[in-house]
Amino acid sequence: MAEYQNIFTRVQIRGPAHHGVPVPGGPWVREGKPFFAYLLGQIGNAQVGPFYLGSLGLASLLTGFIAFEIIGLNMWASVGWNPILFVRDLPWLALEPPSPAYGLRVIPPLAQGGWWLIAGFFLTTSLILWFLRVYRRATQLGLGTHTAWAFASAIWLYLCLGFFRPILMGAWGEAPPFGIFPHLDWTVAFSLRCGNLYYDPFHMLSIVFLYGSVLLFAMHAATILAVSRFGGDKEVEQTVDRGTASERAALFWRWTMGFNATMESIHRWAWWFAVLTPLTGGIGILLTGTVVDDWFLWAVKHGVAPHYPAIYGAIADPAKGGK
Amino acid sequence: MAMLSFEKKYRVPGGTLLGGDLFDFWVGPFYVGFFGVTTIFFTILGTALIIWGAAIGPTWNIWQIDIAPPDISYGLGFAPLAKGGLWQIITICAVGAFGSWALREVEISRKLGIGLHVPFAYAVAIFAYVTLEVIRPLLMGAWGNGFPYGIMAHLDWVSNTGYNYLNFEYNPAHMIAVTLFFTTTFALALHASLVLSAINPVAGEEVKSAEHEDTFFRDFIGYSIGTLGIHRLGLFLALGAGFFSAMCILISGPFWTAGWPSWWSWWLNMPIWSMH
Repeated sequence: MAEYQNIFTRVQIRGPAHHGVPVPGGPWVREGKPFFAYLLGQIGNAQVGPFYLGSLGLASLLTGFIAFEIIGLNMWASVGWNPILFVRDLPWLALEPPSPAYGLRVIPPLAQGGWWLIAGFFLTTSLILWFLRVYRRATQLGLGTHTAWAFASAIWLYLCLGFFRPILMGAWGEAPPFGIFPHLDWTVAFSLRCGNLYYDPFHMLSIVFLYGSVLLFAMHAATILAVSRFGGDKEVEQTVDRGTASERAALFWRWTMGFNATMESIHRWAWWFAVLTPLTGGIGILLTGTVVDDWFLWAVKHGVAPHYPAIYGAIADPAKGGK
Repeated sequence: MAMLSFEKKYRVPGGTLLGGDLFDFWVGPFYVGFFGVTTIFFTILGTALIIWGAAIGPTWNIWQIDIAPPDISYGLGFAPLAKGGLWQIITICAVGAFGSWALREVEISRKLGIGLHVPFAYAVAIFAYVTLEVIRPLLMGAWGNGFPYGIMAHLDWVSNTGYNYLNFEYNPAHMIAVTLFFTTTFALALHASLVLSAINPVAGEEVKSAEHEDTFFRDFIGYSIGTLGIHRLGLFLALGAGFFSAMCILISGPFWTAGWPSWWSWWLNMPIWSMH
């Protein structure tokens, strides 16, 4: 039994490098001479490369690099160009969006959010170019475009946070900053200001799909590894010509929980769970502050959260000038 | 009837851990086994106790039902049923049911002659649950530190426990856990997309093989981990997410009582910065 648990590849078989199926037409060819990495071969394929750059890939990497440089140089400038402080404080440094006073102005002074807007423009351009690249790579090889559309779902959440919701709210200042700890601070502050995002039903759905995706990947990956000695990892072949690996994988879940997916349908479950995570998350973000000001009060109103008796007496709203 | 067309030849006796042939049978599509019986026992008892707890509580509103652990003042002792005792017995039932389910998975794996990856993976999830409801309350000295059983109640517990440490997102283990959750979902999207795109190619094309999958990913990012490797990576990422989730709450309280943002002062106080 212990012989078949299949955790690492114990004998690596090394053939000549595979250069991939032919690239149709166009001026670009695959770059780089493929090489083999022993450690990668312990868990998967040892071969690294070749790589297809292409005009979309080149443009995407360039615009992404410009965004990265703008963010990094602004952070460095914020510590007076001191290299040691830059490294020490890097997790705390940020490129912040313009203050709410600038509204949706294009473009505010560079040091007061202008750079944030430019960095966001280049990062967004880079992501959309990458989406087009994924789409084109798939169609040129004759594959379906599922990867591109899954990526589009992630871009949707990114745009909801940094573009659509700020426009609905009327200020770039509503968007998150670029920065490691600062974007975490933004998330917590955003949640608190809106009465705790836990009460947002679309946030609930997004979390369900996030945890569900991790659960599904654990179930699926473990199942495939468990039947790998019957060739279960050859999922496409098992889909079009069911073998004993598929049958045992299906029966494991049927006997365990009374229901099983098929070799193809498990990937449809997986795709939708993963794609719905940012899709529902983006909806939850768009509703916050635009349609619903305070998710806790919303939840109380709709009987989701209990109504707590007021024990501290009336509290003056400082935004209305107090009592 | 409840059997798939190919199922009959797989329904063979044997592979049980306990009970021999006594419980070695199926009910509809479900395999029973000794641990199926214990699963049913713990599940029915635990669910009945939850319903009892709801019945003696203030509401039947599904969102607001709340079966809370005992007050902190009960420490690690037993509490009266209506004051957290139900929570204590429900927790015992949950651990019993989860453990039975895992061992039943082992029996089914043995019967089918397949690896034990699924029960192992499930054991990591059980470990995370036991960490929250048993290990951490034990280390903190009171069952009252466990989370309550209720839809909104457990969200409130997560929120309140997080803010006890000012900003839980500064917890380094929480950072790793969240990163692994996002990375697992990302990897799942990539894997599912790749397989679906090979099985469902552009109109008029034949179904594509692993050769095309590898070519696509090498063109895409310069590396294709392969059909076997992606499942090893996915399982590693998913189990890492569960494990670090357990770690991030385990260290909060028993090993760190201040706000998590101030934990990072060790980084700011390292002697190497005084060079400037």
